[in-house]
Amino acid sequence: MIYKDLIIIGGGPSGLSAAKMALEAGISVLIIERSAHLGGQLIKQTHKFFGSKEQYAKTRGYDIAQKLLSDLDAFDDLVIKKEATVVGLYSDNVVTVLYNDKYERYQAKAIIVATGASEKSLAFENNDLPGIYGAGAIQTLMNLYGVLPGSETVMVGSGNIGLIVSYQLIQAGIKVKAIIEASSKIGGYKVHASKIARLGVPILTSTTIKRAIGETELEAIEIISLDEHWKEIEGSSRLMDVDTLCVSVGLTPMHQLLSMIGAQMKYVQELGGFVPIINDHHQTSIESVFVCGDAVGIEEASSAMMEGYLTGLYISDYLNQQHPNFEQETTKYEKQLSMLRDGPFGSKTKVGLQKLKEGNAHVES
Amino acid sequence: MRIVKHPILEFPKKNVIFFMFEGKEVSGYDGDTIASALHALDIKILSYSIKKHRPRGFYCAIGNCASCKMIVNDVPNVKTCITPLRSGMIVERQENKGVIK
Repeated sequence: MIYKDLIIIGGGPSGLSAAKMALEAGISVLIIERSAHLGGQLIKQTHKFFGSKEQYAKTRGYDIAQKLLSDLDAFDDLVIKKEATVVGLYSDNVVTVLYNDKYERYQAKAIIVATGASEKSLAFENNDLPGIYGAGAIQTLMNLYGVLPGSETVMVGSGNIGLIVSYQLIQAGIKVKAIIEASSKIGGYKVHASKIARLGVPILTSTTIKRAIGETELEAIEIISLDEHWKEIEGSSRLMDVDTLCVSVGLTPMHQLLSMIGAQMKYVQELGGFVPIINDHHQTSIESVFVCGDAVGIEEASSAMMEGYLTGLYISDYLNQQHPNFEQETTKYEKQLSMLRDGPFGSKTKVGLQKLKEGNAHVES
Repeated sequence: MRIVKHPILEFPKKNVIFFMFEGKEVSGYDGDTIASALHALDIKILSYSIKKHRPRGFYCAIGNCASCKMIVNDVPNVKTCITPLRSGMIVERQENKGVIK
């Protein structure tokens, strides 16, 4: 068994940000990351971020990842384990890890679960055909590995990820035949939608996929129009030849480790699914287990970073090793986070967080 | 297919890595995962479903969905979308739950 002050599960934007604050407070940190790369989904994001300077506005995602990593360079009390998968989390703060085909055990005074989110899928006939991917998967494949999945695609879903990835598909040289959206309105920011529309990609609202067609790989899709009751409009069916389909229908928090350890959970639709009940200090119902980033509600990477900084600060307080600028930094990032959520797309998160708070014994105590 | 020209990103030539896929020698690049190397070779079918034998490719590319699992060096259920490609790997399509040899 190896001992650390703090174990952070997940080396994405929120986990790395939390690490920085904890390290600044003199807390020893172990970051465990499943993939070979740190930075989470930032490393494949070629678009520039919005927001203020503190939120890395006008900086591309992969550059933000580099910045977060270089912020950790100065600290000796940090161990990073990559290609290491956490397979168990136990109430005595023991974390079990699969690393190099070996089973390892670690223990800490506090744990941060920063596992992020996974892409949702959509139910339709033949949705398991090779050639059908999550939009994030395509983004990884082309922007991280420089590989194209095919030559012609349709994007299902017009949220920000759907719109941004569509643009990036075009940049990579793939023809985006259409973006289809079951709702009557485009889900993402207008600025992204306009950019796509200017490139001649039709965004078809009230339209969804009925089935995928293909023998062993995707060859075509059947799309249909929907009425105001989300029912198929008769005679609206048409086929589109594509070798790639991107599914961008939202994300759901990776709650499994928290469920496993018995943290109190709640289903909150606005936050993307099952999330742990937390107090104002991102502490779960298990005192020594904290959570930040998409694992506690789907938001943008900017919010994940602010939550990460804050959770690192709260942990420093919890471990009686308060960050040297605790008050100042906490106030700063709490303000930043609340500003982000005051934006037009933050209201959903605020409703979700309110629902998460309602009737939680340990939050009110 | 590999991206050759990109307005933002650069993909400099990297070292070629040789590996075996279904008994044939093929190649990818340093920095690839097993799945990205296979995709670059236009190989999208990574496994077959256990009951109905339906072809499966990857879905998430970050190690969540397990749709990319293959047999690598005789070890089944390897998530090929997050496993870095190494020289000499023996990669096979998986058609069952996985047998430990």
